Amino acid sequence: MCSGNMAAGVLSGVRQVLRGPRLLSAVFSCHGQTFSSAAAAVKSAPDTAVTEKILNFPLTQPDYFHLSELFTMKDLFEARVHLGHKKGCRHRLMEPYLFGSRLDTDIIDLEQTAELLQQALNFTAHVAYRGGIILFVSRRRQFGHLIETTARECGEYAHTRYWKGGLLTNAPIQYSPGVRLPDLIIFFSTLNNVFQQHVGIRDAAKMNIPTVGIVDSNCNPSLIAYPVPGNDDTPVAMEMYCRLFKMTINRAKDKRRQMELLKGISASV
Amino acid sequence: MAASGCRGVRSILWKYGSCGKNFCLSRSKTVPQLPVRQICVSSSLWKKNLAAAGPQKFTQEFIDKQVEEFEIGKRHLANMMGEDPETFTQEDIDRSIAYLFPSGLFEKRARPVMKHPDEIFPKQTAVQWDAEGRPFHFLFYTGRQSYYSLLHDVYEKILAMERHQDKMRNKGLFASETKQILLTGSRWQLKEEIEEYLVENISDHGYMRLIQLLEKLLSMPYCSLEEDFILKFRKQLEVQSSKHEIPALQHDPQGVAFSVADGRRKTAKASITLRDSGSGNITINGRNYLHCFPLLQDREQLMFPLHFVGMLGRFDVEGSVEGSGHSAQAGALRLAISRALLSFVSEGEVERMRQAGLLTADPRIRERKKPGQEGARKKFTWKKR
Repeated sequence: MCSGNMAAGVLSGVRQVLRGPRLLSAVFSCHGQTFSSAAAAVKSAPDTAVTEKILNFPLTQPDYFHLSELFTMKDLFEARVHLGHKKGCRHRLMEPYLFGSRLDTDIIDLEQTAELLQQALNFTAHVAYRGGIILFVSRRRQFGHLIETTARECGEYAHTRYWKGGLLTNAPIQYSPGVRLPDLIIFFSTLNNVFQQHVGIRDAAKMNIPTVGIVDSNCNPSLIAYPVPGNDDTPVAMEMYCRLFKMTINRAKDKRRQMELLKGISASV
Repeated sequence: MAASGCRGVRSILWKYGSCGKNFCLSRSKTVPQLPVRQICVSSSLWKKNLAAAGPQKFTQEFIDKQVEEFEIGKRHLANMMGEDPETFTQEDIDRSIAYLFPSGLFEKRARPVMKHPDEIFPKQTAVQWDAEGRPFHFLFYTGRQSYYSLLHDVYEKILAMERHQDKMRNKGLFASETKQILLTGSRWQLKEEIEEYLVENISDHGYMRLIQLLEKLLSMPYCSLEEDFILKFRKQLEVQSSKHEIPALQHDPQGVAFSVADGRRKTAKASITLRDSGSGNITINGRNYLHCFPLLQDREQLMFPLHFVGMLGRFDVEGSVEGSGHSAQAGALRLAISRALLSFVSEGEVERMRQAGLLTADPRIRERKKPGQEGARKKFTWKKR
């Protein structure tokens, strides 16, 4: 990523030298370099400053990508996100997220869900904006194809198959030396086919990879960085989650491309 | 790493040496300040584990340079041998190298060789990700991207076909007797063939899963839409009867059609000429077959091919046979007659003859005697004590 920026910035940097002495003097005072290397300093300083501005400015805003307009609590309700499993399947650590239970079925608190989903989508958007690798994981055969299609459409990666042992923890051997691991893992269902916690959650925690996970009332939310309590069994709910994540990632990537173009235009002007 | 390992070992030795110094001095005063007890002397500590490093990796620039050097060297070699550098082929290179560097080594692979670098350096898998480290394929992190993407595509086609079916049903154009794909004469590709196609290893379970998905695709009414895709995974079986070499039908100066064929059984070799003259004479080695084969069983073997196609009295059989015993000679003659008959008989009859076993050469030969035994199978008398 840095090399790409440098390559793009070289041409713009040369033009900047011809632009004005104001920048030159500013560089002098900042870096205290000799006159001979001023050209190089001028080339690199505005470039990195603009890049830093692109990367750091979104972090100062609470909702830079306006993700709150993507969903409302009513949408969540209509997609039946609030439906959990029966009382017997309840996980102890999910009790804070439950609104209550009706006829033995646990109801998930949609206010908390909305807030946590907003945070999770915001985090995903920032990761996508900074060019991170996002991996969608689920072990539900019913929705495997849907998730793989979603991943392909937003240009990210998916793993809805049997999880081999050392995929994250033994990556140089499993893949090739020099492989880059995912920067964010999104679990659309945190349980595997035998109702145990997915191995990927523990492995991601070991490898310091942040996780976003849709946790149902029978799941363990402890190791997940951004848990989103919600239903993971209904097709409507899963389609809604896929749509939301796809829209956030596409929005973030488009925004990044826009900023790069603007930077290119402002640099060449 | 080797240097630091060295230093580590030496520091261990020095530490223990300083402890052992005290009791060492009591023995003799002239002992220098050297470590007494040596803890680790093996060189494996500072030698690199070469086996664990894996196969040597060559960069693309290195291989490009090698290719360049090979091309220049090829031209020099051509000039040396006095030949045209433009039309200097690999055989010429091999010949020239064998001439310039004569080697008496028995192992062909140890002799000097000059080949294109692509043949010498092992092929390395292309890097699977771009400059930023992002993999190209969306299923890269599964570990088996080609296989899983194939499953994904097949399932996609199944879903598309179901949607098409629903559309036709809504329009009222649904017809249950649609065109079916011809599957006779072909089989599913084997696991090895699919592994070759995908350039990846598949487990048996994975292969079964793929075949199940393809069968599901085949079971749907509109499967003819994906015919090309499915036929990629079917292999045509060769028709067995087309493999037989039919001897050419030749003609006498008198206009009589005849054909010549050979047959073998154990060590007996037979050669037969079938003439379409009309009489049913059988002459072997110049004598009547009654003299050659007094046993009925052998004569039956001779008659069987002609009796099977129903042309007993039509042909004149003239044959020569040598080697082995009477039964093997009869068998050799039978095979030769059947092969000669192929040129007089139709395609369907050929298949019938093949299924009757007339055209199959009997592979049984005498089994050798083994040392420590009486014969091929018979053992010496077994004594308990």
